[in-house]
Amino acid sequence: MADERTKQVGAFLARQGILVAFVLFMIGFALANHRFVAIDNILGVVRSSAILGVMALGVTFVVISGNLDLSVGSMMSFSTIVVLDLHDKLGPALAIPAMFAMTLALGALIGFLVGYLRLNSLIVTLGMLSAIHGLTLTYSGGKNMDIADKAGTWFGGIGRGSVLGIPGPILIFGLLALVLGVTLAKTPFGRKVYAVGGNGTAAIFSGIPRARVVFMTYLVSSFCVATAGLLQASRSLGSQNTVGQGLELEVLAAVILGGASLLGGSGTVFKTVVGVLILGFIQNGLLLVGLEFYVQYVVTWIIIILAVWLDVAAKRGRILSPIA
Amino acid sequence: MQKDTRARLIKDGAIWGFIVLELIFFSVAGHFLSLSENAFMDLENMLLLLKQSAPIGIIALGMTMVMINGNIDLSVGAIFALSAVVMLDSMGWAVFAPLGDWVIPISWALALLTGMALGAINGLIVWKTGVDAFIVTLGSMLGFRGLVFMYNGEQPTFHLNWTMVDMAQASVFGLQTPSLVLIACTAIVWWILNKTIHGRNVYAVGDNREAAVNAGIRVGPHMMINFVIIGFLAALSSVVFYSASGSVNPNDGMLYELWVITAVVLGGTKLTGGKGSVIATFGGVIAIQLLRKGLGHIGADTAMVSLVIGSILIVVLYLDKQLNRKGAEDLKL
Repeated sequence: MADERTKQVGAFLARQGILVAFVLFMIGFALANHRFVAIDNILGVVRSSAILGVMALGVTFVVISGNLDLSVGSMMSFSTIVVLDLHDKLGPALAIPAMFAMTLALGALIGFLVGYLRLNSLIVTLGMLSAIHGLTLTYSGGKNMDIADKAGTWFGGIGRGSVLGIPGPILIFGLLALVLGVTLAKTPFGRKVYAVGGNGTAAIFSGIPRARVVFMTYLVSSFCVATAGLLQASRSLGSQNTVGQGLELEVLAAVILGGASLLGGSGTVFKTVVGVLILGFIQNGLLLVGLEFYVQYVVTWIIIILAVWLDVAAKRGRILSPIA
Repeated sequence: MQKDTRARLIKDGAIWGFIVLELIFFSVAGHFLSLSENAFMDLENMLLLLKQSAPIGIIALGMTMVMINGNIDLSVGAIFALSAVVMLDSMGWAVFAPLGDWVIPISWALALLTGMALGAINGLIVWKTGVDAFIVTLGSMLGFRGLVFMYNGEQPTFHLNWTMVDMAQASVFGLQTPSLVLIACTAIVWWILNKTIHGRNVYAVGDNREAAVNAGIRVGPHMMINFVIIGFLAALSSVVFYSASGSVNPNDGMLYELWVITAVVLGGTKLTGGKGSVIATFGGVIAIQLLRKGLGHIGADTAMVSLVIGSILIVVLYLDKQLNRKGAEDLKL
């Protein structure tokens, strides 16, 4: 009986552990520094997490379908550079769709390689990380990209403006999270993504076009990357061509923290958002307590391991791994 | 049967064939395109190439073991940096001041111990928690990098010791220390993988973990030893490199994991474990360095290098899949 109860508590913690941890964190930091829960601080944290968050939304789809996407960082640099460059050549109204089309084309290429040719996603996206980096450098000629007339364009309004006091990036992040969350949880496509990640063979036998579903997840991911690039470009109005470097692993950390399994088949958009916010608030909280920015790396490390360990332990019903 | 042998020969020889192709291409193309007077394939250039391959190459040897084992290690870049910080910082410690130049071997030992300890942490977590190595080392990649920063803030750590620089740049038959270390390590890791019980277990565990457990292999400690080995090799790579340069930035070694994995995969080692060869990894390391140098020789910029290496990685993956295709496995996902 007591065993039963321990199991139930364990199962609850495994399902909602990340939320519990999140709440505990917020309370802890709030007690340490009152400024932490001030509304402008919270808005600031969410705004600065938005770019990472938007990318994490797309990667959630890819991870649930049982694949990885390590190319999002360098793809984000690409879309940022492209939109900044085209802004001066075509004007913002044309530059944005053109950039989306180019980024989606890259996503389609990856989707084709992983979905239809069934190549290992880790290596394909590792290769694409390098290839897209090269593409970006070639495109920009190795130079930083700047918008010539920064004051006279509405382009900056997307990343810098706000509606009813809510900053633009938060609005876009929230809207995208809502749309993608509903897509994943409530539509046939979303169910297929879970099916393909949960058991690919079974999915094929039940008539789900695995290749097309995987292809679509990479399109979703590249769409999110393009959005992130747009936010980055419009917030800074100028950029280095390595702006997204290393983000792919931070994005993955947020998705994993949200409880998506790398084996595929589990995870939700909502939990990914929580994962992103946890990373953002930890960073902010540690800074407010007076610690250096790099302390967050160590804290993130410990939290990721504990979160995944809790998840794995609850599933197998014991804390330590049974392997001898 | 004969067809099988031929397919195997193509696969095993592929990386060397690729290297030969690169050599021919860059020699011919260099003749027309290069601004430099020197031939691409001159001895000095090739020796330099070997030396430049060493930092990535030494780590790639350990990565081969870990990947044959069915795991992966994303934290090698951070281990590389932290070992260097420990080595260069410890040389200035007051405790060691009376030792004079004898501080060098002690600092080296401290750096290597750091690498082994970090590897042991990874291995222990993988063993005891049962969390996938990809996630564990993704976490420690961040965590170890954090430790690098916490050690010395955002400042570079430096200590120049001319005796040490001389040792790092000593040469035998034209081969400098880094090249010698790379070759020696390749030989040792080859010996471990092919001639020892531990090596046989590396393949067994990677091929089928269940079966390995049933055969009585203690999989947990076994995997931990491999993580200690890759930690050691990452630290050794760092010792070789920073003994010559004498200064490390806290961001050094970032993205090394990606370069290393690229080299290992080019060498034909499977991510799923069970297959792979350290000699082929050596080939993969040389092939990448050759590509970087060759493209530089014919006047291409770094952008082109990234583009080409990324594309080649994907093409190799595709060809490998075609060569390995068997009717029964077609539906395997």
